[in-house]
Amino acid sequence: MNITNIKKQFPIFNNKVQNNDLVYLDSANSSQKPQVVVDRIYDFYTKEFSNVGRSVHYLAVAATNLYENTRVLVQKYINAKDPNEIVFTKGATEAINLVANTFGQKFLEEGDEILLTELEHHSNYVPWHYLRKSKGVKIKFAEFNSDGEVTLESIEKNITPKTKIIAITHLSNVTGAILPIKEITRLAHSKNIPVLVDGCQGAPHLKLDMQDVGCDFYAISCHKMYGPTGLGILYAKKKWLEVLPPYQGGGGMIREVKKEGITFGELPNKYEAGTMATAQVIAFGESIKFLNKIGIENIEKHENELTKYGEEILRKNNSVKLIGSPKNKGSVLSFTLDGVHAHDIATILDEDGVAIRAGHHCCQILHDKLGLSATARASLGVYNTKDDLDKLNESLNKCKKIFEG
Amino acid sequence: MDLKDLYQEIILDHGKNPRNLKKSDNFNKDAKGHNPLCGDKVHIYLKVDENNKISDIAFEGSGCAISMASASIMTDLMKEKKEIEVKELVDDFLEMIKQNPELKSKILGENEKTKLMSLSGVKKYPMRVKCATMAWHTLTAAMKNTNEETNTDKFE
Ligand SMILES: Cc1ncc(COP(=O)(O)O)c(C=O)c1O
Repeated sequence: MNITNIKKQFPIFNNKVQNNDLVYLDSANSSQKPQVVVDRIYDFYTKEFSNVGRSVHYLAVAATNLYENTRVLVQKYINAKDPNEIVFTKGATEAINLVANTFGQKFLEEGDEILLTELEHHSNYVPWHYLRKSKGVKIKFAEFNSDGEVTLESIEKNITPKTKIIAITHLSNVTGAILPIKEITRLAHSKNIPVLVDGCQGAPHLKLDMQDVGCDFYAISCHKMYGPTGLGILYAKKKWLEVLPPYQGGGGMIREVKKEGITFGELPNKYEAGTMATAQVIAFGESIKFLNKIGIENIEKHENELTKYGEEILRKNNSVKLIGSPKNKGSVLSFTLDGVHAHDIATILDEDGVAIRAGHHCCQILHDKLGLSATARASLGVYNTKDDLDKLNESLNKCKKIFEG
Repeated sequence: MDLKDLYQEIILDHGKNPRNLKKSDNFNKDAKGHNPLCGDKVHIYLKVDENNKISDIAFEGSGCAISMASASIMTDLMKEKKEIEVKELVDDFLEMIKQNPELKSKILGENEKTKLMSLSGVKKYPMRVKCATMAWHTLTAAMKNTNEETNTDKFE
């Protein structure tokens, strides 16, 4: 795998950012976009634009085909059984809201329990929180251990006869822990509990096989996967999409609309009300092709090497404390620096063109438990190199110098 | 942009060793501030006497060097100030951070002004302005003794 060639495909790196070469270490927040994705959006709007699924003219039919092609590309990419198990949403956040809302409406009653983990992003907690009020459900949190991992045992301990759904992250966006989602799903299914996986951080970095994992729902954020913003994916087993009620109402998702009543359309239209993010869906097809061309196994290997290297140099830096040391870890390096607040780190690093994230990364439950109000986070993508991590370390030493005087 | 403007000696000193950082138990007014974006928190305690003068001021909180230094410098300056002076100083500071090149108020001495102007470096860092202003908005709330948490999302 030739990183120089891969990096060249990302136009953002051609330009200086405030006179610096960009060292982009914020891919867990959102990844940069390869030229093919940017071009696809431009080409669609300039040569092929039309709304999908409505008109019979040439452009409309062609656009509909392009849109549906991406659905099939995604289906194959994650090895889902059926393209109708792929629902486009505005983001992973909407995908999780869709499940929380419709599953909650149909299956949850007062006293039922939802099991999450302490690692969850607010996107996989807040949507479930609404059900506390509307349905009187209880939310439980499986604990993470001192390495920042949530184990199968920790999940098992928290399952009760009242547990109705388990919603867990695939890969923690703070500690980097990769959860044993297949084993958790097997355990949950043995007790007839469905499983939702927040795959925002898993999908861009790990090989996915929905039929092998067996989970019921898997939420994907396309903008973290070298794709456009405004787009997410909900993978859901057909049996669920068939029995759950529609989420939003509007055009495109109906069969027949009468004054007396309405019948709803078939999958996948049932969950795609209104005009969708057409250009983004079509362009996301290029993101999948981009990933396929490099091979997700190669990306995984590259990012694993970088993560190990990053851990190594940061461990050597005595002032840095890494957050979590999971055995099975994705390409996220969260840390604190003695005597320097995360926001000061981010500002100082930015001056060198090193873009990281500082704050609670939408994981306040996790930060509260660690007694930290903020951490700094460097996260990796396919375009990163050891050089980027060296620059990170250099800039961290500069922070120390400024603060130590 | 120059980091030296942002992280001046005075800021680093106050950031690392904030003055008046303690829980005051002898207070009659207080307010809490919070920046939801970064999780920074501040709790300001005031003892305001019968002449509407701040006879004691302290704060508790955690946050970046800018927010801690700002609260530290502010609490130092506000001791023995009357309510109308407090208002004038807060307005003057916020205007300076927003647009004015200098502080206008005649209440402060040159030394005090220099100290306060050390925070002017944040002007070039729009994402950090709220770090500098949180304590000041919270002080205004404390003078009114509102129980509502001051949230930086509500600032201009
Ligand atoms: C773990 C996790 N879950 C959910 C989200 C939200 O995803 P989206 O931006 O697609 O709504 C994010 C991204 O911020 C995330 O990192």
